[in-house]
Amino acid sequence: MSKLTSLSEAIREHVHDGDLIYAAGFTHLIPFAAGHEIIRQGRRRLTLARATPDILYDQMVAAGCAEKIIFSYSGNPGVGSLRVVRAEMEAGRLAYEEYSHFAMITRLTAGAAGLPFLPMQPVGTDDLARANPQYRTVTDPYSGRLLNAVPALTPDVAIVHAQRADADGNTQIWGIVGEQKEAAFAARRVIVTAEEIVDERVIRSDPNRTILPAMIVSAVCHVPYAAHPSYTQGYYDRDNAFYLEWDKLSAKPESVRAWLNEWVFGLADRAAYWSKLGPEARARLAVTPRWSQPVNYGEF
Amino acid sequence: MDYSAAELMTINAARLLRDGDVVFVGVGLPNLACNLARRTHAPRLTMIYEAGVVGAQPARLPLSIGDPTLVSGAASVCSMYEIFAFYLQRGLIDVGFLGGAQIDRFGNVNATVIGEYARPKVRLPGSGGSAEIAAWAKRTYLLTPHQQRRFPERCDFVTGAGFLGGGDARRASGVRGGGPQAVVTDLGLLEPDAKGELILVALHPGKTVAQAKANTGWNLRTAPALRTTEPPAEAELRLLREVLDPGGIYLKGG
Repeated sequence: MSKLTSLSEAIREHVHDGDLIYAAGFTHLIPFAAGHEIIRQGRRRLTLARATPDILYDQMVAAGCAEKIIFSYSGNPGVGSLRVVRAEMEAGRLAYEEYSHFAMITRLTAGAAGLPFLPMQPVGTDDLARANPQYRTVTDPYSGRLLNAVPALTPDVAIVHAQRADADGNTQIWGIVGEQKEAAFAARRVIVTAEEIVDERVIRSDPNRTILPAMIVSAVCHVPYAAHPSYTQGYYDRDNAFYLEWDKLSAKPESVRAWLNEWVFGLADRAAYWSKLGPEARARLAVTPRWSQPVNYGEF
Repeated sequence: MDYSAAELMTINAARLLRDGDVVFVGVGLPNLACNLARRTHAPRLTMIYEAGVVGAQPARLPLSIGDPTLVSGAASVCSMYEIFAFYLQRGLIDVGFLGGAQIDRFGNVNATVIGEYARPKVRLPGSGGSAEIAAWAKRTYLLTPHQQRRFPERCDFVTGAGFLGGGDARRASGVRGGGPQAVVTDLGLLEPDAKGELILVALHPGKTVAQAKANTGWNLRTAPALRTTEPPAEAELRLLREVLDPGGIYLKGG
């Protein structure tokens, strides 16, 4: 059954005020187009979970979409601070719940596996566990040793960007696979945006690469360049210049507001955004092909 | 050749790596140090990135820890759960690098908050991978400029465990890794003594014990046989400047 729909329709149907959202992707494949559509549609009181909130959640917090964030590294990767999120946290205006990367990903893995929690080896310090009562300890029933435990994270919606998907939602990713699979299996609803919508035969020609099966996907949207200023391996490069520019731009609330007006509210969709970026940026982000060797699955 | 503080720290960090080490690499100077070591004395270094990349051979300097250049040509890519569970928690990582706003007398690291957690004076990015790297890598190395505010007697918040309160505390906590083996600063090297207290073991050329003491927030002790580090070699500096960071993104500082 085809789940193809426009991104605006997918957000309208599946993302509601007050939802817990996990926009997946560790540096790679961050679903910026979907986040911008959530901003445009004016969603409120969201809980935004991501290991690294990244610029995307800085923008969504600035736009007033969020009442809480759940995170494990709130920085602008490779650049420094995530200024909007940091200022809101320091001012006490944004609730937050904090983990280490491993604890955050372990929460998703528990959610994906249908478990109430998962244990982890202790790390020697319990300062974070004291600050966040969601960290608990559990006794290993075999050795009697104490382990750390974190509860399953089960988002209302996971958003995943991918290189390609078929209309049913079978989704293939290559490059850094981060936590997309865990986030999607843990979530109640899954929105996929893809650089390309391909025939089911393309997916079936390489089933090992399928990271999400159609059965867990709620909506499939064809949105080329949806990850910019993050990147899509093999399609376009990370826009490091924009990550550096955001560091300057986000120092002032007025310039963040102006940026949102110009690049989110002022544009209808991702196609308009990509066109507005212009030929210089598009040329700068173009990627030289480097193909893998095909593998032989055999005819049976 | 003249060199910057960042170049000095990077080169000294690279020299701590051994050929064959499996290293959990961070962005910035640790990334440069690992790539420098791999191109000089440690060609069999395996670079692992927390994004899930194993055996990366980056062709360019990655700004972020999840850059596409880490993937192209890597030996393996896995999920983040696997990189933290199967590699780090399982005990396959020899070396981890850590930075942080504060490093205390016993090598504990704060990357979370200055001030009280609930009332932050300065909110830092938080753990990321550091809590587990500090706990489970066999050896950790810390890189930071030598400034008094970065070296307090005690961290405001312990994000990554060093030797905790010192003595037997780390071993008693049951974590598998060996803890910090050295702190590389722009003045010299600190190493833990038998009780886990960081003491000054080496100075970089031209630096003094008085400078190190004045820039440390506890009464810094000095090893009986204080060494002087070898100055950066021309070959090391050329690799850094011409190959690894030609734009000077990380190395111009200091």
